[in-house]
Amino acid sequence: MRRLFLAAALMTACLLSIALLASPAFASDKSVTIDNFTFNPQRLTIKAGTTVIWTNQDDIPHTVASTTKAFKSKVLDTDDKFSFTFTTPGEYAYFCSLHPHMTGTIVVEAVN
Amino acid sequence: MTDFDHDKMDGLSRRKVLECMTWAGTGVLWTIAGGVPYATGLIGEAEAKQAKGLTFLQISDSHVGFNKPANPNALGTLEEAINKAKALPVKPSFMIHTGDISHLSKEQEFDDADHMISQARLDVRYVPGEHDFLDEGAKLYRERYGRGAKGHGWYSFDANGVHFIGLVNVVDLKAGGLGNLGADQLKWLEDDVKHRSASTPIVVFAHIPLWTVSAEWGWGTEDGAQALAYLKRFGSVTVLNGHIHQVMQKVEGNVTFHTARSTAFPQPAPGTAPSPGPMKVPDDKLRTVLGIASVTFKRGNKRLAIIDTPLQG
Repeated sequence: MRRLFLAAALMTACLLSIALLASPAFASDKSVTIDNFTFNPQRLTIKAGTTVIWTNQDDIPHTVASTTKAFKSKVLDTDDKFSFTFTTPGEYAYFCSLHPHMTGTIVVEAVN
Repeated sequence: MTDFDHDKMDGLSRRKVLECMTWAGTGVLWTIAGGVPYATGLIGEAEAKQAKGLTFLQISDSHVGFNKPANPNALGTLEEAINKAKALPVKPSFMIHTGDISHLSKEQEFDDADHMISQARLDVRYVPGEHDFLDEGAKLYRERYGRGAKGHGWYSFDANGVHFIGLVNVVDLKAGGLGNLGADQLKWLEDDVKHRSASTPIVVFAHIPLWTVSAEWGWGTEDGAQALAYLKRFGSVTVLNGHIHQVMQKVEGNVTFHTARSTAFPQPAPGTAPSPGPMKVPDDKLRTVLGIASVTFKRGNKRLAIIDTPLQG
């Protein structure tokens, strides 16, 4: 009886660890890099439910701010990240609130 | 042997020199006739009285907290700038800081900047840069420097007959746009100058240039022209800005525009680099592209004299 219990516990632990290892970085996450005062890619098309991760690789701070206030990052210094999960289809224009001439768009398509 | 014609030597003949001396004598008489109640010998003293005006400093973009390759020690170069200010032969009446005091609006950065700037032992008037409104709720700048100011931090004051106006053009920026003053601030500005005599010298200071230095890099103010329209009737207007980390000067009619160097790091000239970010220069050149500016107003002169002094060279 004890052996069965141990085996079950081990199996659960194994399954749990596989699940934990898999959760942080989904293959469906998409990246935008910020460098030289530009968002790259400037226009990104994704499926609803996808998380976009912005990473500031510039040597000056930037922010990611939706023009409709749907999302807004804190100030991102070099190597800081901001992520947002887009659940509703549509076009989301955003810009850097420190340097407003920097603009980008996330196009969210419905999952069919 | 031909006669040597002394009158035609070196393009400056004896006759011409005598003519000049006559003019100089007449000039002295005119000055006296103009109402200066001093005899000829004391003209120098009379001039000194007339020339008394006002000298103040402009520093900008100290970015305390910045530590990237373009300058790993922004606080250190700010200290050098303050030492430069203390060493000036004419002690200025006060200092203006045209914004980006801190780099990330951290409390420690503001503390360090305040401590360093206070070493100048001068009254300091600030306007914010976009780097000064990054804390949650953008409270720190207003608590420290915005007391008594209106809206996001605009205000005016007078010194020696000169009217100073501090404007805020780094808030409510729109995607794809430039700097922004906004309707409330413009209304306040219109009222502030409405009843002032056109002979009052005006100094306007704001972080982002009020004229368009580079639309592509966002170096300009969307509604800057509206602000300048309210000042059009004044005989002497000086606009002091920062943000671009280099000296640029422009004169348009009665308006002199000037942007100051940063005390932290330089940025490229418009069109000379892919982006307007911090520009790395050789270490032994850094202090030649950082600096302070002194601005002098002399009664009777329309234009204020602006002298940009680099930290080195």
